[in-house]
Amino acid sequence: MYHARRSTVSGIALVLVTAAALICIIGCGKKKETEVRQGPGVGMTAGVVLSVGGLGDKSFNDLAHAGLMKAAKDLGIRPVYGQPEQMAEDEKYLRDYAEQGFDLIVGVGFLMKTAVEEVAGEFPESRFAIIDCIVEEPNVASLVFREHEGSFLVGALASMKTRTGKVGFVGGMDSPLIHRFEVGYTEGAKYVNPDTDVFIAYVGSHTGAFHDPVRGKSLAISQFDRGAEVVFHAAGSSGNGVIDAAAERGLYAIGVDANQNYVAPGSVLTSMIKRVDVAVFRTIEEVVHGRFKGGLREFGLADDGVGYALDEHNRDVITPEMLARVEELKRKIVSGEIRVTDYYDTIAPDES
Amino acid sequence: MTEPSTTNPTALAVEMRRVTKQFPGVLANDCINLQVAYGEIHAIIGENGAGKSTLMSVLSGLLKADEGEVLLKGHPVRGRPHLVSRRGLGMVYQHFMLVPNFTVAENVILGNEPGDRVHLDLRAAEEAVRRLGQDYGLNLDPAARIEDLSVGEQQRVEILKVLYRGSDVIVLDEPTQVLTLQEKNELFETLRCLVRDGRTIIFITHHLEEVMALSDRVTVLRRGRVVASLAIQDTDIATLAQLMVGREIGPGEKRTGDVTGDVVLEVSDLTAVSERGLQALDGVSFGVRGGEILGLAGVEGNGQRELVETLTGLRIPSGGEIRIGDQSTHGWSPRQFLEAGVAVIPENRRVRGVVEPFTIAENLVLGRHWKRPFSKGWVLDLGAMEAEAKSLISDFGIVPPDPEILVRTLSGGNQQRVVVARELAKKPVVLIAAHPTRGLDIAGRQFAHSCLLRERSLGAAILLVSSDLEEILDLGDRIAVIFEGRITGILPREEASEGKLGLLMVGARR
Amino acid sequence: MKDLSIRRIVRELGQALLPLALALAVGAVIILAIGENPLTVFGLMLRGSFGSLRRLSGTLQEASPMIFTGVSVALAFRAGLFNIGAEGQLLIGGFAAAWAGFALTGLPGPLHVVFCVVAAAAAGLVWGLIPGILKARLGVHEVINTIMLNYVALSLTNFLVGHPYFKEPGQIPQTRDIAASSVLPRFEFLYAHAKVNAGLWVALAVMVAVGYLLARTRYGFEIKAVGYNPEASEAAGISKSRVIWTTMGLSGAIAGLAGAEQVLGVFRCFVSPFPFGYGFVGIAVALLARNNPLAVLPAALIFGALTSGAQEVDVHSGTPREITVVLQGIFVLFIACEFVLRRKRRVGETEGGPKAGGKGREEEGRGEDG
Repeated sequence: MYHARRSTVSGIALVLVTAAALICIIGCGKKKETEVRQGPGVGMTAGVVLSVGGLGDKSFNDLAHAGLMKAAKDLGIRPVYGQPEQMAEDEKYLRDYAEQGFDLIVGVGFLMKTAVEEVAGEFPESRFAIIDCIVEEPNVASLVFREHEGSFLVGALASMKTRTGKVGFVGGMDSPLIHRFEVGYTEGAKYVNPDTDVFIAYVGSHTGAFHDPVRGKSLAISQFDRGAEVVFHAAGSSGNGVIDAAAERGLYAIGVDANQNYVAPGSVLTSMIKRVDVAVFRTIEEVVHGRFKGGLREFGLADDGVGYALDEHNRDVITPEMLARVEELKRKIVSGEIRVTDYYDTIAPDES
Repeated sequence: MTEPSTTNPTALAVEMRRVTKQFPGVLANDCINLQVAYGEIHAIIGENGAGKSTLMSVLSGLLKADEGEVLLKGHPVRGRPHLVSRRGLGMVYQHFMLVPNFTVAENVILGNEPGDRVHLDLRAAEEAVRRLGQDYGLNLDPAARIEDLSVGEQQRVEILKVLYRGSDVIVLDEPTQVLTLQEKNELFETLRCLVRDGRTIIFITHHLEEVMALSDRVTVLRRGRVVASLAIQDTDIATLAQLMVGREIGPGEKRTGDVTGDVVLEVSDLTAVSERGLQALDGVSFGVRGGEILGLAGVEGNGQRELVETLTGLRIPSGGEIRIGDQSTHGWSPRQFLEAGVAVIPENRRVRGVVEPFTIAENLVLGRHWKRPFSKGWVLDLGAMEAEAKSLISDFGIVPPDPEILVRTLSGGNQQRVVVARELAKKPVVLIAAHPTRGLDIAGRQFAHSCLLRERSLGAAILLVSSDLEEILDLGDRIAVIFEGRITGILPREEASEGKLGLLMVGARR
Repeated sequence: MKDLSIRRIVRELGQALLPLALALAVGAVIILAIGENPLTVFGLMLRGSFGSLRRLSGTLQEASPMIFTGVSVALAFRAGLFNIGAEGQLLIGGFAAAWAGFALTGLPGPLHVVFCVVAAAAAGLVWGLIPGILKARLGVHEVINTIMLNYVALSLTNFLVGHPYFKEPGQIPQTRDIAASSVLPRFEFLYAHAKVNAGLWVALAVMVAVGYLLARTRYGFEIKAVGYNPEASEAAGISKSRVIWTTMGLSGAIAGLAGAEQVLGVFRCFVSPFPFGYGFVGIAVALLARNNPLAVLPAALIFGALTSGAQEVDVHSGTPREITVVLQGIFVLFIACEFVLRRKRRVGETEGGPKAGGKGREEEGRGEDG
């Protein structure tokens, strides 16, 4: 009986293999047409190594990808991107791209710092960029955002919106970067109303803190319970819990990184957006035009690298007066009249 | 399910023509012809390894014959068990295939559930089971759970299963092995009743009295060949035995000499609780002297298993004492019992006896493997293991004589030889033999008995647990009877008889 | 059974590779379905895993921890235990190695490495002993406990990484870098930036040691006996519970070593998130190796190559990387099927097979009905 079954299995296997082989041979003849690209960047290649999580995060990775695709469309470069499954692979992807002689290699996220450092040292002739942290290599452009400036604006909006004089902040991983959001947010809130109470909470002190919506939600709920009417999250997908809580309570959350206003229309006051897409696109543009330089590139309010989101989902919750006031604050920051504290300036440089 | 028998009455229910089945190294069936007429009880007998079960596997479609032809009610059988079963062949295996926590009815209908595609009509099932039971004297409560039934009752469920599926050719593989006398008689009554109803029975056994008592015809297999096929009235037990073994059988060895040794194993007021929390042993006391065989008779399930387990440290007694020599065994681990010289031939060799995926050599040193010469420190001495295995294999006639063969591939008889060889090689002070000849053929049985008698003459204290009265009467110096966890009597051999023991076995106090 | 003829070897090898062949066939169909050429994709996978010294070192880097976890799972399997907890044991072991790596200073090189490795093994041991003792003493099923302990290990290490005592200041959640004296040398002779390291030698040594343990020692004999038939082992005076808890402990210690290899050789600190999945791949590796420690090496190389090749596919073709994950999944599925079929056949053999006689069959009487 077994033999019968065994031969059935082998039979199926044989059919599958033959079929596959046949189709392979037929398939070989078929060539995929390549898109015709136009622009000054034709013939150049930019590679983006996304951070763990990959496409579909509606945030960092998607934005970086959007920037890359915009560059392909507008500048004609060949876009390549990779999605490592584990941190250990980041380096392999970077090295692979460098070995192929890509014209620009972008690492998304501060978790890639060590990997970019190492590979950039190994390929001094290649050009690299890293988002959200600083790598001190001559051939690496460190694309950082003045999160404190954007946070200042949403903090101001939060303070204007709340009727209780209380607002909240939920951070993801307790780390210098997130403190930068927190400090700017607090300053903005207090700028509008010096008596504003700002509740502060962090999900945790490990990367998992960015992926814990349940904990995010419970932290937000406790802040709402204590009277906050607006809670800003800088907590990755843990923030989905914050937005959830706001929607349930009929109060407000503030999104982060990407425009999250659409997630719960009417319950998201606004989003503190980091234009990773702009940063990626601009850097590719610099490479295409031969203007690439290593070193620090800061994206702030002045060049629309950060900002607050206004769209059809939150037009009703932001009054014209609020809008006028926040635009004025923005002008003042750009002109230097208001100086928002950068958390990085308050700590030892090697910790940033 | 079963198609009506359109064939004429003289046609055969089962016909096998020149069936040959070869396994690597063994010609299991050699050109076998078998003819079973409709409505007869046909016994197939043969020693261990004669090829009976291979033949039945071929018949049921489980194995494919290399050569030859198998006809079931005139239709050729080709290696598809479910098709064969649909043609009306039902197999009742020795080891039941029942779902323990299902009810009788649920087990019976398993695979042929009544009702529409979605719903299960349990009421109809119970009704069907009840009706079948009444028709054939298989009285069972359809709602009872299998785990609560006795072995004999479980067998009835198996029979109901094949009847429910409409089988009219029923093969029973060693059906009486596990039954009490009473249950055996009931089974025979049922089988006769089935035959009267037009069904055909094939009955595998090696108990010749059963053949004589029950069957119409008998086919004798020896080493893969049919040596005779006879009508029952044309033969007798002695002829069959000789045909089966292929030579004249001498009388079994008998014990000789008186018991003079000191009491080595002493059990006093022993109590133990079974897994299900019932009182399995209830104040058991006895002693066994060196050079003595104490036979323990009793219907199975009256505490024998628990007794054997407590005597080997596998079960912790809830009260009482076991003394080996002058030592109390209180708190001993199985290993300490072993070290004190207690050897055991367990009742279920596949569970407690052998490690089937191990080789013969590995099994033969199991339980001694930590001692020299088999272990030197942490490291096994494979050479010493092999040497020991070779010598035991030849002493005990284990076939095939290769230490590296996996025990899984051995026949039951040879597995039992492995167990016996290993236990006796420990040179036991106390030997506990639980059903040591179960499943063995005549030669194997005689061999096991002579082993026990040899140990007796070497001075071991032997407790022989068996439900086979003949065996106990042949070997025991004294005979104890256990019933519901109590010893109902201990008789010297001279005073014991089947009748007296039978009374004690059902609880009559002496 | 001792038959070591060429035919047998070929058959065994064929049986091991059959699942791979089937998985590739099914994978080819899927790749075709998304409009790519399977041959190209397979070519890329092959190149990605063995195409150059750099890629080879990547494959070896992936295979190293899989050898540890594969041996760990295989060992437990032999005692009849299902260690799903290699993942957690690896985490805990890795963390212990990192701690010993940065906290102990002033030790000479080789000694420091030994300390770290022992710390990892000890931590993994504890993580294996917990379910082992629970199983041996209370009969709690090890599968449940090892799974739960994976989460405990994950949360615990995540928490500790963030603690100021362990944490390297800065954005990245990782422990302080280990001292130079505790670093396992990487295979720079193979490729300048190789991450594969001397931990591979440790893995091979452990593999051979476990092979020896099972084949030649008293303890190994008892492990196998308990794994095959706990009742008979008990009757033979083997302490079942002792075998269970010691084997789980040992299995945990070996998985813990995988963490040490990652920390001392690959990362030189404990990073969060720590490489994920080696513990689970270990189960597949053990399955493919049929729980034979020595066969773990080729099995780990196959899985290492699949992982390593996946990246090449992602970089160089339009095929999404997920396809290679699907391929791995199908592969494991076929291994499992093959495993089951083999067992079935074995039953079949016992049923009517090459018995010295048919009696065993009668004894067993387990017929198959379908």
